[in-house]
Amino acid sequence: MEVKFNVRRYDPESTDTVTHFQEYQMDMDASSTVLDGLIRIREEIDGTLSLRCSCRSAICGSCAVKVNGEAGLACNTKIVDSLSEDGNTITVEPAGNLPVIKDLVVDFQPFWEKIRAVEPWLQPEGEEPETEYLAPDEDMLHLAGVVSCILCGSCVSDCTVMEVDSNFLGPAALAKSYRFVGDPRDDSAQQRFKTLNESGGVWDCTRCMKCVEVCPKGVAPMDRIMALREQVMESGYTNTNGARHVHEFTNSVKHSGWLDEKKLVIKSFGIFNIKAMIGLIPLVIRSQRAGKVPPIFHKSIPGVENVRRIFEKVETKK
Amino acid sequence: MKYAFYPGCVSRGACPELYSATIEVCKILDIDLDEEALKGASCTGAGVLQEKNLRLGDTLNARTFAMAEKSGNPLMTICSTCQGVMSQANERLLADPEYLASINEDLKEEGLEYKGTADPKHLLWVIVEDLGIDFLESKIVNKLNGLKLAPFYGCYIVRPTKALGFAENPGRKQALEMVIESVGGEVVDFPGKTLCCGFPILTINPENSVNMVANHTIDAKDRGADAMVTPCPLCHLNLDGYQPNAASARKREIDLPIIHLPQLLGLALGISPEKMRLNKHIVSTKKLLSELVISP
Ligand code: SF4
Ligand code: SF4
Ligand code: SF4
Ligand code: SF4
Ligand code: FES
Repeated sequence: MEVKFNVRRYDPESTDTVTHFQEYQMDMDASSTVLDGLIRIREEIDGTLSLRCSCRSAICGSCAVKVNGEAGLACNTKIVDSLSEDGNTITVEPAGNLPVIKDLVVDFQPFWEKIRAVEPWLQPEGEEPETEYLAPDEDMLHLAGVVSCILCGSCVSDCTVMEVDSNFLGPAALAKSYRFVGDPRDDSAQQRFKTLNESGGVWDCTRCMKCVEVCPKGVAPMDRIMALREQVMESGYTNTNGARHVHEFTNSVKHSGWLDEKKLVIKSFGIFNIKAMIGLIPLVIRSQRAGKVPPIFHKSIPGVENVRRIFEKVETKK
Repeated sequence: MKYAFYPGCVSRGACPELYSATIEVCKILDIDLDEEALKGASCTGAGVLQEKNLRLGDTLNARTFAMAEKSGNPLMTICSTCQGVMSQANERLLADPEYLASINEDLKEEGLEYKGTADPKHLLWVIVEDLGIDFLESKIVNKLNGLKLAPFYGCYIVRPTKALGFAENPGRKQALEMVIESVGGEVVDFPGKTLCCGFPILTINPENSVNMVANHTIDAKDRGADAMVTPCPLCHLNLDGYQPNAASARKREIDLPIIHLPQLLGLALGISPEKMRLNKHIVSTKKLLSELVISP
């Protein structure tokens, strides 16, 4: 079939340093992959096109690009699944949230820095065993998904928070951290929680699920981040806006069955966070002027005692 | 068609305009809303409660599903977040009969049991799948000709695609665009339409949150949008309520009204803007409405 590739190009050595799209038309087998197409472009049409790849079988993690705006492995993305509705066009761009070196090749330095920041190695305490460090199978099972990460950077490419904040550790590094926190042979969880609780850590994720959707390996980074939040709170770090938010939200639902928005905002900032409160005043005034304020008296839903009972039952179950 | 109506906390709290617009629109579209069936239903947990205790969230949603089942009518939501959280809970409950049985144990005392037949549907999907776009078009009295509208879905109604049944219902991917076009609007496409509005980190990292608002609203505005339409009241709260902060952070005017999906429908169905409290937004809709020449 006739396929048109629309590829975003950038050449740092050209005088024209802005990116632009270039079109390539080819006859392709529908079952072939986007990577097959890119390699053919490079080999048969335009030798100046730069891209990264190695294994061609979704193992090495080097070929992540954006196909039609969404990150994924080029070697794992079929042509048939990527054609635009209005024709036979496939748009390919470099992975996002990382600096572009040339065409589809991005600089992974910032990616590795964040992975390194979570200290992705086992930190056991106590005396070294005579043989290897052993871990029971059942304790490792819950890590089966997360160890499948091939460090391709798709999740980082599309993370909505990294787009506005380069300080955020991001989905790949946080999933990696989960892998070590959850390893029975590691003894530095408390230290790891401290870092995770800081700015740029678990609380900065906006739960947009982009990383879950684009990850080619089912790592589900966001789910790991949520699991880490729970563990961070349980380990005693409760003095953050994030932890207070979860706590107050849960309390509101427990006591009235639904959300008390006013209390939630105030309590999430912490009663003594005067600066944040003052920051809220303009919004409150704006809302009041517009007649957009939640009811002053937060009423409970009918039958709220049933909700409370469920809370009591299930909370003790954990 | 009759639905067990789940309004969600936000339409009963900070976004009363969403509630009133929905009621008016459903009257015209022959959507019979049973407002009693889920009166005693709790919040979905919004994914926040799930951070603390997933099982607790699943139990509360199973309870809501059981109440809907009992009413005999399908469940309808009007919030992307409610929809997403419910779809995800339902996916977990249906995937594991043992899990469902043990959760039903905790519902027993109240005389409820979730049998697994609930299929929560956002109003947006109800229109596209149950009523049909043709039916919607047959009810339109005010074509909003040429109004340039940027869709903004909200994360939870587009991801994860598996729990949301995108494979079985491919129309869900384009539902908002379909509705915009059917009321006579022109779709302003932009990459941010399926990204995050920043609401969940509003109190955690206000700077990032406001930056997200700025990116999306400015992008849509600069592509020519007259307004943005969203099926999610939480997106509305952030994109509307914090747009002034976004404007001052970027030192420029944005002035992009954020319209709830039912308000857009209402305008085309001839409902007065006041009735849908379009005058109660933070970003004024005055200019937009005057250009539309709809008599109040
Ligand atoms: S992952 Fe293994 S097979 Fe693939 S390129 Fe790397 S070394 Fe080769
Ligand atoms: S869920 Fe969190 S980590 Fe994942 S892409 Fe969204 S903001 Fe980033
Ligand atoms: S988590 Fe998934 S998307 Fe992210 S780097 Fe690992 S394999 Fe790639
Ligand atoms: S998810 Fe949001 S709108 Fe839905 S019930 Fe809970 S807080 Fe309310
Ligand atoms: S080339 Fe190795 S993952 Fe695609």
